[in-house]
Amino acid sequence: MTELLQHLIDHIDPYYLQILVNSGIGIILALGLNIVTGLTGQLSLGHGAFMSIGAFSSALITSKLGLPITLNLVVSGCITAIAAAVIGMPILRLSGDYLAICTLGFAEIIKVIFLNLDITNRALGLTVAPPESFVPLPILVWFVVVFAVVCTTLIHNSRFGRALSAIRCDEIAAEAMGIQVTRYKVQSFALGAFYAGVGGGLYAHFMGYINPSDFGFLKSIDILSMVVLGGMGSISGSIVGATVLSVAPEFLRFMASYRMLVYGGLLVVIMIFRPNGLMGNVRVTELFLRAIGRKPHLNTIDREADRGDS
Amino acid sequence: MLTLDNLYVNYGAIRALKGFSCTVNQGEIVALIGANGAGKSTILNSISGLVPLAAGKITFLGDTISGIAPHRIVRKGISQVPEGRRVFATMTVQENLEMGGYIRTDSKGLRDDIERIFIRFPRLAERKQQLSSTLSGGEQQMLAIGRALMSRPTLLLLDEPSMGLAPMLVEQIFTIIREINAGGMTILLVEQNASMALSIASRAYVLESGNSVLHGRSADLAIDPNVRSAYLGT
Repeated sequence: MTELLQHLIDHIDPYYLQILVNSGIGIILALGLNIVTGLTGQLSLGHGAFMSIGAFSSALITSKLGLPITLNLVVSGCITAIAAAVIGMPILRLSGDYLAICTLGFAEIIKVIFLNLDITNRALGLTVAPPESFVPLPILVWFVVVFAVVCTTLIHNSRFGRALSAIRCDEIAAEAMGIQVTRYKVQSFALGAFYAGVGGGLYAHFMGYINPSDFGFLKSIDILSMVVLGGMGSISGSIVGATVLSVAPEFLRFMASYRMLVYGGLLVVIMIFRPNGLMGNVRVTELFLRAIGRKPHLNTIDREADRGDS
Repeated sequence: MLTLDNLYVNYGAIRALKGFSCTVNQGEIVALIGANGAGKSTILNSISGLVPLAAGKITFLGDTISGIAPHRIVRKGISQVPEGRRVFATMTVQENLEMGGYIRTDSKGLRDDIERIFIRFPRLAERKQQLSSTLSGGEQQMLAIGRALMSRPTLLLLDEPSMGLAPMLVEQIFTIIREINAGGMTILLVEQNASMALSIASRAYVLESGNSVLHGRSADLAIDPNVRSAYLGT
């Protein structure tokens, strides 16, 4: 089985394989940040730093403990989640811009710590040994993507997910409904970081080399762009946003030095024409239910039409 | 049922409440009236735990509830309709009501209660799949009240239910409040519209800069010359 899959992977052009894997990792990271920023409404600029915690933990677990990759990813995810909870407890009482600045500060601290620790090889970065895995890594990445999408959907539709979404809508009203706002914010932050940790672990093993500078402010902004471009709070949005932002820079390569100019312009145009994100107003499950005839036709346009006729 | 004893609340250097005391008995509607900034909303927010007390004590059904977290106060049976309605804008009417019953886990009871609220507010039933942000102000106020009832409170705190509503809608909302009270609900009402508040409350407290300057039966306050000139505009 493993050999067959490996054979399959070998037939894919390595360049495309890398784009494919990067998109997958992007989706995992975006889904995580989407829980924090999209669902709970807490702007975090530190997702890249959580990714680095996962990446370094995962690399060290492979080199020091030699755990199989699946277990390794779970452990790295947990380490990242714990770190996020510890950071989150004091700062999640803040909101909006203040919270964003705090997450930015912590992200820098984390980067500086990794740049100065012997165990992470300081500024030289770590070379990551190939992990012990039951399937080739690119396949594993996409297994994790599918698993993450399923889990995120369950979370969104759970009691916990609805409490998070109430917090995003109105913290005071949520508190008045008996929701423990700060506690849920910390849990959501930790959960989002778990995804970042897993994504970081996959990134470390796929790349084979990690450096603290790979996970700076720009990485966090990249992930945030995926969430915003796709649509805040939308799972399909995170998938589309992460894929578009991972693939677009590659497809624009033929433009040589104009590439990033066009890429930036593309972002601006999308946000002007789809301010709620690419998938912002689309409820995929509803479309699906309607397509198979399980739900009467009722779309956002009907809702708009009802506005203010009272 | 509810006793507020000598409450002090500070916002930084500003003293919002200066030794306010009051009692609310089972089955009553008690109104807190007064000008903007008199501390009316602060009183409700301190009861529901959203604002910390600098001093004083709140007891509810024999338990001290001052200093405990808001989610535990909801569980003790106090539910608040916050000022400005604060419905969950991106959720449907139905989802808003479900959030109101967040602390409950009896899904059968919740469904029944939602049906009961739809019977009381037919407007909401017609719009149950609509996003609450698309409702009119009056409908949003009905939704906010319905949502607060979903936790099955024994005491309902209403903060400015008439705010921003047309006079006809204000009448309608107050009729609903009276009906809810007739069903046995104890209500503590904060209102700027003093005449409406006095018309449905059994007793009222008049607030000025963080303390009550006058209290008594609504009927007496409504004919009090000072109240009439300051709050009823006659």
